Amino acid sequence: MFLFRFKRTLKLGVKSLWMHRLRSTLTMLGIIFGVSSVVAMLAIGEGASRDAQEKISQLGSRNIIVKTISPPEDKSSVGQQQTLKEYGLTYDDAERFRGAIPNVRVLVPNRRISKQALYRNSRISIEVIGTVPWYPEISPLRVKYGRFITSIDTHYKQAVCVVDEFVRKELFAFDDPLGQNVKIGGDYYRVIGISTAEKSTTSASQDNSGDNGGGANVGKIYIPLTTAQTRFGDTTLQVGAGGSPTLERVELQEIIIQSQSIDQVLSTRRSVQTVLSRFHKKNDYEIIVPLELMKRAKDVQRIFTIVLGSIAAISLLVGGIGIMNIMMATVSERTREIGIRRALGARKRDIIMQFLSETLILTLCGGVLGMGVGSLVPALVTYFGQMRTVITPGSLIMAFGISAAVGIAFGIYPAYRAANMDPIESLRHE
Amino acid sequence: MIDNNQKPTNGDAILVMKQLCKNYQLGTVELRVLREINITINSGEYVAIMGPSGSGKSTLLNMIGCLDRPSSGSYLLGGQDVSQLEDDDLSAIRGARIGFVFQSFNLIAQLNVIENIEIPMFYQSYGEAESAERAMKLADMVGLGDRMKHRPSELSGGQQQRVAIARALANDPLIILADEPTGNLDSGSGADILGILDRLHGEEKTLIVVTHDENIATHAQRVIRLFDGRVAEDTYNYHKG
Ligand SMILES: Nc1ncnc2c1ncn2[C@@H]1O[C@H](COP(=O)(O)OP(=O)(O)O)[C@@H](O)[C@H]1O
Ligand SMILES: [Mg+2]
Repeated sequence: MFLFRFKRTLKLGVKSLWMHRLRSTLTMLGIIFGVSSVVAMLAIGEGASRDAQEKISQLGSRNIIVKTISPPEDKSSVGQQQTLKEYGLTYDDAERFRGAIPNVRVLVPNRRISKQALYRNSRISIEVIGTVPWYPEISPLRVKYGRFITSIDTHYKQAVCVVDEFVRKELFAFDDPLGQNVKIGGDYYRVIGISTAEKSTTSASQDNSGDNGGGANVGKIYIPLTTAQTRFGDTTLQVGAGGSPTLERVELQEIIIQSQSIDQVLSTRRSVQTVLSRFHKKNDYEIIVPLELMKRAKDVQRIFTIVLGSIAAISLLVGGIGIMNIMMATVSERTREIGIRRALGARKRDIIMQFLSETLILTLCGGVLGMGVGSLVPALVTYFGQMRTVITPGSLIMAFGISAAVGIAFGIYPAYRAANMDPIESLRHE
Repeated sequence: MIDNNQKPTNGDAILVMKQLCKNYQLGTVELRVLREINITINSGEYVAIMGPSGSGKSTLLNMIGCLDRPSSGSYLLGGQDVSQLEDDDLSAIRGARIGFVFQSFNLIAQLNVIENIEIPMFYQSYGEAESAERAMKLADMVGLGDRMKHRPSELSGGQQQRVAIARALANDPLIILADEPTGNLDSGSGADILGILDRLHGEEKTLIVVTHDENIATHAQRVIRLFDGRVAEDTYNYHKG
């Protein structure tokens, strides 16, 4: 019997909404827009957030990355030609970190140099990374074939290298690189391993001042740090903005420190800062803490979500007001019907249910359609805008819940008005 | 609270009004629409309420139908004092014990004949099949067995009023109330309606009909004449039962 009553109420609601098709559709549009904007905005926000989170977590949440940056030009030396610029992280810095900072699990000094690599008739631009055997411990880099640099390679300053997937594809095309010799800067290096391609770490840094900062699409070749030091020295020739060449002396492009646990990241960062500020008078380094970036990204994400959410909420509110408006009109149009039903035994709550169910049909249909449209929009954004979007089940549930809530919130007053009309007056109503 | 099974036998008093008054406050003026009404109506009676326009006939009928509450006095319907009941209880009584027939038919335009007849059952405890079956039987009874799927706008006035009578009978009420049921009909259709009312009277239904047509009054057993909110005359047509 209850089911019958429910079915009847629903049927009645659909019938009277169907009678005013255009009006119902227009009203529903408000909810569709509102709900779809909630879903779409949350999807775009979530996508952006996951993108940022992933990029940052690639850097390692326990890592502290200290990078050499080109120090700002001295005001007094503007116009003068400096012949040798000497700045940045040094081997001494690495030793100091190792000695002075507790809780350091792994420390990796890196030398990064942009070079050309030759194999047979192919030649590509690459980034040479002089590093230590334990580099894979602090980065997502994995050796797929062969092996990574060992301490023996380091000790004997061997001319060996590990190439990444990108280099393998670009430089070796059809050959197996393992055991082959690659020519870099006049010397031959034997390929001992093939690794996965790392995303460039510089992309997470806001001010991209690394001179040798390889872009995302530059292949990487890893050689022992000691080899890099002896073969390439510390001095590079740079062509400045004005076209005039300058010599730069930089020992290390980065030092990556991994602390023992996430809790120690911030204290380690402070120690790093203390050590550096004592020995570096120039502002020639930056400290990147992925954990902090992650936190900042989360904060930004929260604000983003709040702003997007409010915009969507306002559009839902407008939709809700539209519904209330229409329901008020419906109630006053159907005053006589209400009187008839009351005379024939309908209680106030029966009338409330009748009008509320009508509102709910409108908003829930609008909600479901809105969820559909809202899921379509992010797909288009991803397709045309090359932006990542993620629709979470939570956002769909929320959107549905919100549309139901809007239905009840804005439907209850018109329904209440209908139920409280005097039956006799309603019957007399023309 | 409301006992539907309590069916009075013919001749029992099912409606007793004592010193019933209804006043309307219009600004500072108090309009006394019903004054000290004392009426007893027995089960199975066919009563016509007459009187000039504005004498309070509709107000009295609404009072009997529990659409309105008296300002003072008592009203017992089927032995139960309904003068001070809550709104929900009044709704329940209207649904179960009263069948309304209005001058302007008052069918719901979007619903067909069967659906209109089903409305009172919808608010009582009827199942889907039971409700539909009963509605069809009632439609048949008022001679609209072949118009069940028609909308009110596709029916003549007389047919619409017959649907309204079927609807009034849906919950097998104690009393059927009709406020000028032939007022909007041509004489032919009006006669049809009176015929149906006579038939219902024959089936020992209690009928109370408001009218100012003396011709209709002759069909009734008893005529109550109102004047200025008072019962001016309460007479029996002895030629009828
Ligand atoms: N809600 C109301 N407020 C004020 N006056 C009313 C109201 N309802 C009815 N009346 C007055 O009560 C009187 C009787 O009305 P009614 O019962 O409709 O008369 P009848 O049906 O006999 O023509 C009329 O004078 C009418 O104006
Ligand atoms: Mg009247």
